[in-house]
Amino acid sequence: MFARLRAERRLALIAYLTVGYPKLALTPALVEAAAGAGAEAIELGIPFSDPLADGRTIQATSQLALKAGVTVAHALEAAKAARARTEVPLLFMTYLNPILAFGLDRFCRAAHEAGVDGLIVPDLPPTESADLRKTADNAGVDLVFFVAPTSSEAGIEAACRAATGFIYCIAVTGVTGARAQLDPAVLPLIQLVRRHTALPVVVGFGISRPEHLAALEGKADGAIVASALLDAIAQGPDDATARVREFLTGLRPPP
Amino acid sequence: MSRGALVKGPDARGRFGGYGGRFIPETLMAAVEELEVAFDAAQRDDGFRRDFESLSRTFSGRPTPIYRADRLSQRAGGATLWLKREDLCHTGAHKINNALGQVLLARRMGKRRIIAETGAGQHGVAVATVCAKFGLDSEVYMGVDDMARQAINVDKMRLLGATVTPVDSGSKTLKDATNEAIRDWVTNVRTTHYIIGSAVGPHPYPVMVREFQSVIGREARDQMLAETGRLPTVVVACVGGGSNAIGIFAPFYDDPVRLIGVEAAGRGLRSGAHAASILAGRPGVLHGSFSYLLQDGDGQVLATHSISAGLDYPGVGPEHAFLHDARRAEYVSVTDQQALSAFHETSRLEGIIPALESSHAIAYAMTLAAELATDDIVLINLSGRGDKDLDIVRGAAGV
Ligand SMILES: Cc1ncc(COP(=O)(O)O)c(C=O)c1O
Repeated sequence: MFARLRAERRLALIAYLTVGYPKLALTPALVEAAAGAGAEAIELGIPFSDPLADGRTIQATSQLALKAGVTVAHALEAAKAARARTEVPLLFMTYLNPILAFGLDRFCRAAHEAGVDGLIVPDLPPTESADLRKTADNAGVDLVFFVAPTSSEAGIEAACRAATGFIYCIAVTGVTGARAQLDPAVLPLIQLVRRHTALPVVVGFGISRPEHLAALEGKADGAIVASALLDAIAQGPDDATARVREFLTGLRPPP
Repeated sequence: MSRGALVKGPDARGRFGGYGGRFIPETLMAAVEELEVAFDAAQRDDGFRRDFESLSRTFSGRPTPIYRADRLSQRAGGATLWLKREDLCHTGAHKINNALGQVLLARRMGKRRIIAETGAGQHGVAVATVCAKFGLDSEVYMGVDDMARQAINVDKMRLLGATVTPVDSGSKTLKDATNEAIRDWVTNVRTTHYIIGSAVGPHPYPVMVREFQSVIGREARDQMLAETGRLPTVVVACVGGGSNAIGIFAPFYDDPVRLIGVEAAGRGLRSGAHAASILAGRPGVLHGSFSYLLQDGDGQVLATHSISAGLDYPGVGPEHAFLHDARRAEYVSVTDQQALSAFHETSRLEGIIPALESSHAIAYAMTLAAELATDDIVLINLSGRGDKDLDIVRGAAGV
């Protein structure tokens, strides 16, 4: 997914958007705006009623989208519409239960047909992933796994063995949500992960400021910005696409 | 399937048949593995067992008696009803059995901070109690709706030194309190042990909670034999997450005894306002395990309703899902109104005020008793006492 970036040894910026936040009709345009403002991949969060790895921001955006009636089928349509507007890699991030309810096989095929390149499922550890790994692989979508500051060496190894696409390196011991500081302990964790895999290593959770990206430049292959971007969208009653552009170009000015 | 296999379950991956497992964020993985190792070691350690048994006796007040409820039996007409008196445990419910076992484990693991979720507040009070006893910090997450309807237990927890943290997201009840407790755990996992209050959650919680609660069934089985010379015909227990039920069921797995779990039908199964996960749900993943779950067609977890806060939960322990599919246990449901009637009848006829949760088991047992023969015995798990429910009952009908 990030072969080109790795060749250039540059940090890929990945933007997270909750499907249906602030409005379902806006999601494809927000993806396009993010890509236009320097995001090199987009994570599309399919809202779930009980997002237990997520902090306040993503809880709130998910609730809002669910209240507005956003479904998995809507997320697939939104991805398809976004794919028609941009070439950047698209990933779905959601919890296991909506995928189970849709049907693993049906979901993976539909995701692939919508132009989605990968899946991220925060409550699915490698030990429980055999079925989804097989269906994702058959459908031609990557399945990303996590490593955390608390991971055992065996846990890191298992994630690296199971993952396709990239390894998601969690920067904080905690849930998602913008943080003021990036814990420097993530750097040795990245090093540790690289000993077990040649896959790209992408850092997420808490990333919100230009200096966080600067600290990861040359160390990680990508950085995910989620809650901070959604917070920026939430701050304005005005044009959400403008907010996305403004925030992302502020986070990393165009070269 | 041999019955012995039931008792030993789950398998190495924490699966009861296809149910259970460990669906958790990677951040928690190492802590849950550490817990599994500590629990396995504790089970093989005579010292641990001695501590647990000694404190169960001297602190929790075990063994609790079984009691023949003659006037209630007469009212039901038919089989004889016996009550396993978990309401007489210290703190007023079976929840102390699990809280005590887990706090002893937390001490072995060197964790100084304890978190918990609570619905009815009985688990929260039990956790606050054992943490006071051992001088550990405790924080209990509770939905704001439950804090209002079980206010006495909030006062008790605070009196015992616990921090009670209101949860106002989602349904504002047990499910969301559990979400918040898990988020706290993800954040503080290095120093904190999470004492789950029912037979739910990722492996090894369901089996661990079963083992700590099985003291109920082991005692009751011996006591029935001693008092009546025989085993009960049927054992009945209410099912929220399923801990009091699994605790009284498990020691009877190998016996020719019917096991019946009673879910909360709220305002009726067809009303949509209920909490009957097995009867009205489909298998899915919530709070770390795969089991029956009340969810919509899109896999979103549904809001639930029960007059009893302790049953007001959309999921159920994975071992119950397995017992249901294997037909080793039967699952039925009882409405708010039926539970309220049983609450009043037990109070008036026996001088025992039962928890609204337990009243569901009593209500079903009375219906069942009428269909059984007079020499049949129905053993009911009276999982807790009803002092906490007086406000709800007053609001519902007048005391
Ligand atoms: C007295 C009592 N009984 C039953 C329950 C339901 O829990 P479980 O199904 O785990 O026994 C509760 C939960 O709060 C309770 O307080």
